[in-house]
Amino acid sequence: MRGQAVPTTTTEAPVFDLTREHFLRDMRRLAETPAPVWLKKLRMDGETLFAGTAFPHTKMEEWRETNLAPLVETPYYSMTGLPRHTLAGFDTAPCRVDGWINLVFVDGFFDAAVSDASLLPYGAHAGSLAQAMTGPAEKIVQKHLGSCLGKRSAYTALNTAFIQDGPFLYVPQGVELDRPVNFICIATERQENVAAHYRGLFVLDAMARATVAVTCISMGAGGNHFDNVVEEVVIGDGAALTRCEIIDAGATGRRLCTTETRQGRDSRLESFSITLGGAIVRNQLCVMLDGPGAEAHLNGLYLNAEAGLVDNNLHLTHAATNCTSRIAYKGVLDGTSRSVFTGRVLVVPHAQKTDSVQLNNNLILSDTARVETRPQLEIYADDVKCTHGATVGPPPPEIVFYFRSRGVDEKTARGMLTYGFAEDLAGRIPDPALRQKVDGIIYRRFSPGING
Amino acid sequence: MSTPKDSLETAAYEGSRVERSTREVEDLAKGEYKYGWTTDIETDTFPKGLNEDIIRAISARKQEPEWMLEWRLKAYRNWLRMDEPTWAKVHYEKPDFQDLRYYSAPKARKGPKSLDEVDPKLLETFAKLGIPLDERKLLAGVAVDAVFDSVSVATTHKEILGKRGIIFCPISEALREHPELVQKYIGSVVPTGDNFYAALNSAVFSDGSFVYVPKGVKCPMDLSTYFRINASETGQFERTLIIADEGAEVSYLEGCTAPMRDENQLHAAVVELIAHKDATIRYATVQNWYAGDEQGRGGIFNFVTKRGKCEGANSHISWTQVETGSAITWKYPSCLLMGDNSVGEFYSVALTRNMQQADTGTKMTHLGRNTRSTIISKTISAGRSDNSYRGLVRVMPKAENSRNYTQCDSLLLGDQCGANTFPYIDVRNTSARVEHEASTSKISEDQLFYCQSRGIGPEDAISMVVNGFCKEVFDHLPMEFAVEASRLLSVSLEGSVG
Repeated sequence: MRGQAVPTTTTEAPVFDLTREHFLRDMRRLAETPAPVWLKKLRMDGETLFAGTAFPHTKMEEWRETNLAPLVETPYYSMTGLPRHTLAGFDTAPCRVDGWINLVFVDGFFDAAVSDASLLPYGAHAGSLAQAMTGPAEKIVQKHLGSCLGKRSAYTALNTAFIQDGPFLYVPQGVELDRPVNFICIATERQENVAAHYRGLFVLDAMARATVAVTCISMGAGGNHFDNVVEEVVIGDGAALTRCEIIDAGATGRRLCTTETRQGRDSRLESFSITLGGAIVRNQLCVMLDGPGAEAHLNGLYLNAEAGLVDNNLHLTHAATNCTSRIAYKGVLDGTSRSVFTGRVLVVPHAQKTDSVQLNNNLILSDTARVETRPQLEIYADDVKCTHGATVGPPPPEIVFYFRSRGVDEKTARGMLTYGFAEDLAGRIPDPALRQKVDGIIYRRFSPGING
Repeated sequence: MSTPKDSLETAAYEGSRVERSTREVEDLAKGEYKYGWTTDIETDTFPKGLNEDIIRAISARKQEPEWMLEWRLKAYRNWLRMDEPTWAKVHYEKPDFQDLRYYSAPKARKGPKSLDEVDPKLLETFAKLGIPLDERKLLAGVAVDAVFDSVSVATTHKEILGKRGIIFCPISEALREHPELVQKYIGSVVPTGDNFYAALNSAVFSDGSFVYVPKGVKCPMDLSTYFRINASETGQFERTLIIADEGAEVSYLEGCTAPMRDENQLHAAVVELIAHKDATIRYATVQNWYAGDEQGRGGIFNFVTKRGKCEGANSHISWTQVETGSAITWKYPSCLLMGDNSVGEFYSVALTRNMQQADTGTKMTHLGRNTRSTIISKTISAGRSDNSYRGLVRVMPKAENSRNYTQCDSLLLGDQCGANTFPYIDVRNTSARVEHEASTSKISEDQLFYCQSRGIGPEDAISMVVNGFCKEVFDHLPMEFAVEASRLLSVSLEGSVG
């Protein structure tokens, strides 16, 4: 079908074959562990897809600016059968949000000891996917797991082949969660060649309401750990989800995350994605507006300090009439960091009355930083209103001059302007506790400039 | 013999007399390429296929210097190692490069003897476009020499140009008469290994134009008039090289609004522009090649590499294009802004209908300080066509204070066509300011209603609105061409609007 993303297979380097062999061998180890039949089948499908999909490389249009070669060349082991790392005194307090249900995952596995009790009213369920798969929620997991995820890349297929645990949320029809849930995902200082492939599933039945946060943080200072994450989000008819992810993969962490969302009629998604650092961080967010009147507000902020690459890859599909989408991503780049932004809005034939606005603004603070932005529109319906815009520039010199003429030194002026630029996005987070937390992070990041 | 000015007036007069009728144009669109033009070339044709011997033979036939042959062979060896690009958003059956003839000199051509024998409907289209009478004969394939003395007109122009030291001739002639200039500049903007089609073109290019404007000279005329009469048979692998030396100024117009007949399916042209210090080059293209029938059968593949280099300080290159023809268009006229304060501009109107597919845009690479670029792209899709804008703006670390403004607007006519925008922005300098804006919408109902309430028919109303949408670009075309281009748009839209 035209407009469908098809993974291109082109000639690969031989080292890729070795990596693939390695992963396939590793899958055998997982296959020996006990699991429900449907799960084994799902993993098997992932394995088959993985075997036939090329690893991302820079000749692929989607990965043109994101070179994964160092990642592909490393033969990572999955966590299967390896001793679990413990938090060993690591303080999770900064990740917690007061008054929320904080659930902690260590390398993708649920750690009940440091998590809050997750008793939710009216049959709602928040916790670990592994527990849900074997508990009373099995039918829900079986129905929805793997239902959203498209053929995205070799790594998403790999994730399916290694499904074990991860965040899980289920809100039944008409239920509104009284307390937001914060999933804290911690990457420990594990061996360098051990990858965590964890899978999240968030299901909101019709007319349900929920607010969730996913906080990802790495424990160690060094070590290029690799997290390969897939999250599936199902938002039923008339349901509303506010989802905020805060990613700090440290200076050397590598993280690939694909969040695939399907929205029903008149549903609403408000998404915030805040990336604070990492050697390679790729946040792919695929949103399918599948029912008429669905609405998606996708907000993003990436603050790259020193080095590192942040790749925000959005695929927004308007598959029904009268849907609305708003994309606003902002970036601040310093040091030798790089940012890649791809916002692809696809309007399928007959998705009339589509209203879509896309904006990507970048503030570039150093001469060695680099910004790549690709806001794309693909439109096959005629009665639509679609716009996109992108800007890249330094803090405006006229305004810096204005500050200086009033006795504020340049460094502080630039710090204040940068804070203002980034804070604008944090200010849109509806939950006050979370908003304050994110605002605090941004303030601390730019305060050296502000406090002189 | 009539002068071009006379014929323009005649054409305008005739154009006003001709009644516009949608049905007729529709029929014309279906049938205009059927009429009696068979080229009977037996002599001077090479066998099918491509190998080093063919390239040697092409080079020998054109009596090229030894270095040119070496250059072609180098390009061919590069080409062998390259893959056909697949990233563009166009779908087509890949041409079999061994099933093409790479050289055929058009010697014997059978055509209609006079305009009376030409299909009247085609003439009507010409009249609508306002093409001068003499040119109509030429475009319709009438044996020109008998009725129209193109040589004398060409000679007059040549004298005017020659007095100022401007060289304007086919590139094969330039290779014989000014080999040092060609050798210095050819491949300096589009190297032989640049991309798949550029490499192929470098290996087998048939002919094209060569322009050299010496220091401080302002070319006294648009190089279009001459070109339109003179260089209609440049073949499918066209190579154009335009050099404006320090302080020179030249405006060049390629192509033609008239529907051009051509049986070559694959066109892979290369255009190179070089602007030295303080020089200005304006390059305009109007392309209306055969686009295939309503079912998407046939039509021309237009895979073109066009690039200009603003080499000196304060140089200026401006691309203007009106693309309405070809089944597949793959074309990105680009600017390398190397000199400080240099300026690159790109103005484009691309209209696709029926099953046409176009993936077109530009590349602006900022290398020098204070460089500026402007991109204005207007795309119109109708029928079941697919029209994409794909453009790159890259600011390199040394391009201090560079500035880019991009605006891409798409208009959708019908609910089965596609309009896509794929901008790429890559900034590596803090002082750069890059802005991009794009919008996609359908034709405004209010505007159509307003026009119709004042007695303007729906088709004319649409044509007016679309012409208004494209005006920003037409303003950058030479005057007569702007008029023709706007008529071309109206003719192209007729029958394709529901």
